[in-house]
Amino acid sequence: MIVAKGLNKSFDGFVAVDEISFNVKEGEIFGFLGPNGAGKTTTMNMIQCISPKTSGTLEVMGMDVNTHQREIKKFLGVVPQENNLDPDLTVYENLLAYSRYFNIPREIAEKRIDELLNFVQLTGKRDTLIEPLSGGMKRRLVLIRALINKPKILILDEPTVGLDPQARHLIWEKIKSLRSRGVTIVLTTHYLEEAARLCDRLVIMDYGKILAEGSPSEIVREYIGTDIVETENDPSVIACLKRHAARFETLEDTVQIYTENPQEITYQLLKECPSRPITARQASLEDVFLKLTGKKLRE
Amino acid sequence: MSYFKFPELTALVWKVWLRNRDVFMKTYRVNFLPPLIEPLLYLFALGFGLGTYIETMDGIPYPRFIAPALISISIMNSAFFECTFGSYVRMYYQKTFNAIIATPVSIEEVITGELLWGATKSLINATIMLPVLAAFKLIELPHALLIIPFAFIAGFLFASIGMCFTAISPNISTLNYPTFLFITPMFLFSGTFFPLKLLPEPLQYLALTALPLTHVVSITRALTLAKTSNLLIFNLTWILTISLILFILSVNLMKKRLIT
Ligand SMILES: Nc1ncnc2c1ncn2[C@@H]1O[C@H](COP(=O)(O)OP(=O)(O)O)[C@@H](O)[C@H]1O
Ligand SMILES: [Mg+2]
Repeated sequence: MIVAKGLNKSFDGFVAVDEISFNVKEGEIFGFLGPNGAGKTTTMNMIQCISPKTSGTLEVMGMDVNTHQREIKKFLGVVPQENNLDPDLTVYENLLAYSRYFNIPREIAEKRIDELLNFVQLTGKRDTLIEPLSGGMKRRLVLIRALINKPKILILDEPTVGLDPQARHLIWEKIKSLRSRGVTIVLTTHYLEEAARLCDRLVIMDYGKILAEGSPSEIVREYIGTDIVETENDPSVIACLKRHAARFETLEDTVQIYTENPQEITYQLLKECPSRPITARQASLEDVFLKLTGKKLRE
Repeated sequence: MSYFKFPELTALVWKVWLRNRDVFMKTYRVNFLPPLIEPLLYLFALGFGLGTYIETMDGIPYPRFIAPALISISIMNSAFFECTFGSYVRMYYQKTFNAIIATPVSIEEVITGELLWGATKSLINATIMLPVLAAFKLIELPHALLIIPFAFIAGFLFASIGMCFTAISPNISTLNYPTFLFITPMFLFSGTFFPLKLLPEPLQYLALTALPLTHVVSITRALTLAKTSNLLIFNLTWILTISLILFILSVNLMKKRLIT
């Protein structure tokens, strides 16, 4: 559905997206996971034809983003990172105005709006202005606004950022139910749990580059293994790990050992460097994420 | 990207116009008041107040002389402020333009819709003023009715001027510069409250080249007095030409600002 090859975007010489390639397939949820400033929003803007690419190729449903902007936008639904609901209009009027931009006839739009309000439990807020809505309600409204044209591809830029757990779970449920209806979904997030739960496939992005690609479990297996054993960072531990050719990484005062066989390495550690706390757990996407993007704080 | 590329437009332009009309109609009672009250204030202060000392201007009773100027100023202000402060708020604070361009509507169509809406506000406000002025027998009917379509044309000019400033304004308060450096002088020196020919000759030419309101007042005055002048074709040609140029320029400037 979306194919990018060597896609680039720079702003006055600053490279925000650096030679990325990816292929989003029909009916899947495809994620872009990365810290702030990774280039996720910039990539979404190029897909939705509101920001021209600098170089490379990008096709949406077989159409070039440079030459078929209006055709592409007809098939897209977009939930932008920042809510941009119209504060001059009510919930209902927001949706109606939006339906007109897609040339949807009034009667069809009215019927669809009622269904969509019902879909995200906003029917009671139909005639309310935007400002008094809660963050979760606004996000749900932006979501159904993106569905007004029955899009084939839905782009969600940080769909649950800043929401409480209840609101977040509700959005997740809606996203899954949209996938089951056959909508192709592209989402960006910096929440690992969101990526792990929702995405069929994802890429991890940082500094404009794609660092890893695959299903969440594939990525974890490829970069970490299945399990992680943690213990204290100590020369004798390191020496022991080196003897056994273990894959490990040191963080300030702990060592993380990446392994497919946690029993084995735990046994060796207990035998050779006893009396140290050892914990074993399943490896997660978070471990890969931190391994690839580092632990340094991002602005 | 060129500054003078003619925009590709579709009928979606009117969907943008419709959005603004819907918002306007939600508060129409408030919106219809200023164009009713403003001309009355000016008429009492200038026409009937000052008018007791100035009986005629250029051979015309003073209230009748300024009536077309009041309409012209309203045409100018309605479109100019709609497409400066109004558009700036929608563009920058409300992100309305960003929301719309995520749909099949293009940025060129958004800006054109905004300009047409600005022109429509001029038309609405000028139309509301006509019965007020007619009640005081200050305008000739039916000739003055031609002001209704003309208000849209002239409004489009001021909308395009305003949009150019909006496109280059770093923030909303810098929009005050064109207001007092351009709109205020036009208000005073465009043949509004005294005839252009009282100005020193170089200033007359300056007014004719650089103050669009001069041409608008010239036409509205001809219409309200039902008196043609041989300048009218020149006035109209000037308005249409400059409108076209600034329309194209404002769309391209806005595109440059918003599409990065
Ligand atoms: N319009 C722009 N002009 C200049 N730099 C930009 C612009 N948009 C984004 N950037 C820069 O590009 C980088 C990637 O931004 P973005 O795509 O928003 O990241 P993300 O969505 O992953 O947080 C950031 O360093 C950001 O400052
Ligand atoms: Mg972002």
